[in-house]
Amino acid sequence: MINKVTDSLAQAFSGIQDGSVVMIGGFGGSGIPHELIEGLVAQNAKDLVIITNNAGSGETGIAALLKSRRVRKIICSYPRMANSHIFETLYRSKEIELELTPQGNLAERIRAQGAGIGGFFTETAFGTLLAQGKETRLINGKNYVFESPLEADFALIKGYKGDRWGNLVYRKASRNFGPIMAMAAKTTIAQVQEVVELGVLDPEQIITPGIFVQHVIHVGEPI
Amino acid sequence: MNQPSGVGLTLKPISRNEMAQKIASYIVEGTYVNLGIGMPTLVANYLPPDKEIFLHSENGILGMGPAPQDADIDWDLINAGKQPVTLLTGGSYFHQADSFAMMRGGHIDISVLGGFQVSQTGDLANWHTGEVDAVPAVGGAMDLAVGAKKTYVMMEHLTKDGKSKLVAQCTYPLTGIGCVSMVFTDLGIFEILPEGFFVVELFNEMSLAQVQAVTPVVLHTYP
Repeated sequence: MINKVTDSLAQAFSGIQDGSVVMIGGFGGSGIPHELIEGLVAQNAKDLVIITNNAGSGETGIAALLKSRRVRKIICSYPRMANSHIFETLYRSKEIELELTPQGNLAERIRAQGAGIGGFFTETAFGTLLAQGKETRLINGKNYVFESPLEADFALIKGYKGDRWGNLVYRKASRNFGPIMAMAAKTTIAQVQEVVELGVLDPEQIITPGIFVQHVIHVGEPI
Repeated sequence: MNQPSGVGLTLKPISRNEMAQKIASYIVEGTYVNLGIGMPTLVANYLPPDKEIFLHSENGILGMGPAPQDADIDWDLINAGKQPVTLLTGGSYFHQADSFAMMRGGHIDISVLGGFQVSQTGDLANWHTGEVDAVPAVGGAMDLAVGAKKTYVMMEHLTKDGKSKLVAQCTYPLTGIGCVSMVFTDLGIFEILPEGFFVVELFNEMSLAQVQAVTPVVLHTYP
């Protein structure tokens, strides 16, 4: 019997090593896998590369991970938010590397990796600072910039309900990066509010099919 | 208030809410619209309630509704500015790659963005002041600027120290090249055509000479 549901964060996180590339879902405060990030903070791996939309705020979640100084580089679209002082301090003192990516490019680079696409040409950012040094091409009279896929060892995402095969549904706009990160990473760990029996999730409504998910962790109601 | 030399009349700008109202009057029933964070968000307050207009939010919402009552706040349901919103009946949620495909694939009819500068060839600068120690953040701005069928910019005509934001060439780092179709300022509405800025409307009975005196680039009138 296949059972991807586990209670053990330590077991799910055992493969995260120094230098691992970790995608973390969420947009602003919506869809952030808080419990999984806490698990990553408690884990010892360093020189991590984090791929996520924002760079955390306050002192918890991604901000706490950055504060632990085990993140070498962050690939994101919008690191500046209310209370993003931890990132800003590390950035100004050059203790963290930033690869700034337009949000649509970030999403599509993640999707490309998950779909086995070796990159793509996009109009976004053509002629701007964020396209400097990148290959360009004129296609059907329009200027495009080449963007490469984003590989990752792990994805930490937040689902709403999941089953033992790893099928997931999400809640409202917290879906954001979850489905594409699950596709892109070699190992996807999904925290869910509720674990349901196989067959409870309507096959017509499943958003992330279990093939993209390796571990499901039940965390209960949001903290 | 600026006293443009040689004109001697005080400029009579309209308020931000009046600007929002002007833009709203250009949005017809059935339009798919993305309102950027900051000032453009105000436009939603002036869309006619009896017309069905689809608001898109980059974090994965179509059919976005107004802010909820306090008791109904759901932090899984936020807008691009990370503020709580609601979903209209018939609305939908989707992941980031689909959300940005709606922009990048040219499915969004109108994108309304804030701006630092717009050039006479339709270049937009709105993401970076160019200050060396600024923490850069781009979010969806570059995708929205080039992806929508029409990009409208909503901004004050002059900076706080009286410099025109309508320029011959942007001096701030670019968000997109040749992407702006219309500019709505607090002095007037300007369309961008191959020949440059064309005056659609000037507010509060200001004269062309008066607005031209504070704008260092030719304001054309329609033949």
